[in-house]
Amino acid sequence: MRRTRVCVIRRGSWSLRFSRRALAAGMGCFLAALALGILVIGSGDYPMSAGDVLRTLAGGGTRPETFIVNNVRLPRVVTALLAGAALALAGAVFQTLTRNPLGSPDVLGFTQGATAGALLAIVVFGADSGALAGGAVLGGVATGGLIYAVVWPRGLHGYRLILVGIGTAAILTGFNGYLLTRAQITEAARATLWLTGNLNGRGWEDVLPLAVAMVVLVPLVLLGLGRPLRLLEMGEDTARVLGVRVERLRTALLVAAVLLTAFAAAAVGPVAFVALTAPHLARRLTRTPGPNLAVSLCMGAVLLVGADWVAQHAVPGRELPVGVVTGLLGGGYLVGLLAAERRAGRI
Amino acid sequence: MSLTHPQRSDRKRPVAPPGPAPAGERSHNGARAAGLACAFVLLVLVCLLSVVVGARHLPPLVVWHGLLDSASDSATVVREMRLPRTLLGLLAGTALGIAGGVMQAITRNPLADPGVLGINAGASASVVTAISALGVTTFDGYVWFAFLGAAVVSALVYVVGGGSGATPARLALAGTAIGAAVYSYVNAVQLLDTASLDRMRFWTVGSLAAAQTDTAVKMAPFVALGGITALALASSLNALALGDDMARALGVAPATTRAVAMAAVTLLCGAATAACGPIVFVGLAVPHMVRAVTGPDLRWLLAYCTVLAPVLFLGADVLGRILARPAEIQVGVMTALLGGPFFLALVRRNRTVGA
Repeated sequence: MRRTRVCVIRRGSWSLRFSRRALAAGMGCFLAALALGILVIGSGDYPMSAGDVLRTLAGGGTRPETFIVNNVRLPRVVTALLAGAALALAGAVFQTLTRNPLGSPDVLGFTQGATAGALLAIVVFGADSGALAGGAVLGGVATGGLIYAVVWPRGLHGYRLILVGIGTAAILTGFNGYLLTRAQITEAARATLWLTGNLNGRGWEDVLPLAVAMVVLVPLVLLGLGRPLRLLEMGEDTARVLGVRVERLRTALLVAAVLLTAFAAAAVGPVAFVALTAPHLARRLTRTPGPNLAVSLCMGAVLLVGADWVAQHAVPGRELPVGVVTGLLGGGYLVGLLAAERRAGRI
Repeated sequence: MSLTHPQRSDRKRPVAPPGPAPAGERSHNGARAAGLACAFVLLVLVCLLSVVVGARHLPPLVVWHGLLDSASDSATVVREMRLPRTLLGLLAGTALGIAGGVMQAITRNPLADPGVLGINAGASASVVTAISALGVTTFDGYVWFAFLGAAVVSALVYVVGGGSGATPARLALAGTAIGAAVYSYVNAVQLLDTASLDRMRFWTVGSLAAAQTDTAVKMAPFVALGGITALALASSLNALALGDDMARALGVAPATTRAVAMAAVTLLCGAATAACGPIVFVGLAVPHMVRAVTGPDLRWLLAYCTVLAPVLFLGADVLGRILARPAEIQVGVMTALLGGPFFLALVRRNRTVGA
């Protein structure tokens, strides 16, 4: 293990410690996300250059430019950035908590919970998009509560969490399939579109709840829980000796990650694979152990915006749902990663 | 970078020593054999229930006559619908149970189920392609496509997961990755073609309602071959549980064992998925529940799975018929709703489950 170069910022009793490489990786991802966002805003039936986009964003655009950017493309891109970031952060937290590289919201049943809520809203109440998003949040949170209630009496350690999560996911998958068979075909088609995850026609009303949730949760996770989480990765006993309140920390992290997943799902639907791959990619970039929360967050934003660009341009004349793209790309990436690891003889 | 987080090391699992068993072991075996006999009686009862219970209320005596002579209306119901349905449920349940047990052994992952190695994904992709591109509509038409898809995708998972050098972690990762990519394709096809979505959503839930004797007869050889292979491998898989080096020392070839076991699993799951759609939970939960009774010895575990998995599966199907008379709740939904809470309770109560 090479020694990573570390920078420390101190202000009185408060200090922030990070490796330089991780900082560079995080900044790189952040800038890449913004650049991709500008690219996506500029692309479409009414193409605009990056300069035009920036000028319009600064308030100097022509009237049609201003309308298209502010009412159509900007909310869509902001939704993608935020949802990608939220999913990735939740994924990084879950993977660290469960000590399992596959510990993502899809595996643990939270996604299926959000889906069940949304499906109930569509199939039973014929809901509009607002109620659908509400249903998704409620479903995700209710599932989180259920899993927590089952796991809690014996302590929240990773392995039990995965077992209970998988059981819950299986129950909800059956339930969701049943709801789909009870729906009218038009509703089923709408539900399937939502289930795949897509960014089509996203407006400011979709961005707002997610943005509010993230303003609260992201600083909490990154600044408040990041360091104890890193200690927790060294093992439960070690963390306890170092003064981490393990159970309380796990509870707080679980709540935060579930909320992030639920709000992201409410905004774009349960997009596959971002939560799973972003932390992996982040770890490869930073080459530092630990949860890599901040870099994962930026990486998730890059992934979802990039996937949205591909979704808009992959099939000429048709717009694919973004979830199809993240699924194919994410699956392809993992398969490639496996092949590479195998050649390197590391697994 | 490595893909695997530090994992808690597996507990070493005891393997029955060769030669005559010590006295304690013998009495254990007696208890296990008695339990197996009870499970078998339970299975016979569930099969009878499955023939007697249905949307149309028929007294048991009428059912019995229906089985013997073929003239009446009730005979048609019993022979053409309930009997094939029971047979198919028996075959599919057995297949899923054994496959789940074997899969959990070869991936050394107590969470492995047919979904994990991409079998459900492959079958779904193949069926959705058949519906959308080739206009296949009949149940009998789906079956072969599902089988082909399951075989192709699970072979792909095996190759990407390292082929003869496959490790448990890599197999699971390859299955998850390929499965999710394939499901994205399924979603895309469904979204671009509403007609295929309309049929797919009923197949995806998993149901025995469309069962025909013909299908059960076609499936039986696959299930028999896969099941016998898996049961024959039980001792080798026991050795494999100690780790590859230890298995070699005991005269078991890890790579060959894993490859043959994968083939058996594909036969079993492919047949079950083809016949009744992707069924969640039976393959995952039954081995877990059984392990709490038998311990980790795969010879007993697989024997119990063979008998108890169809009990759960057929029982769920019967209950689905009773609850929603005269309609029915599909068996895939019922297995999830029934097996799920039971499984959660088990995880909650029992420290040893899967740990």
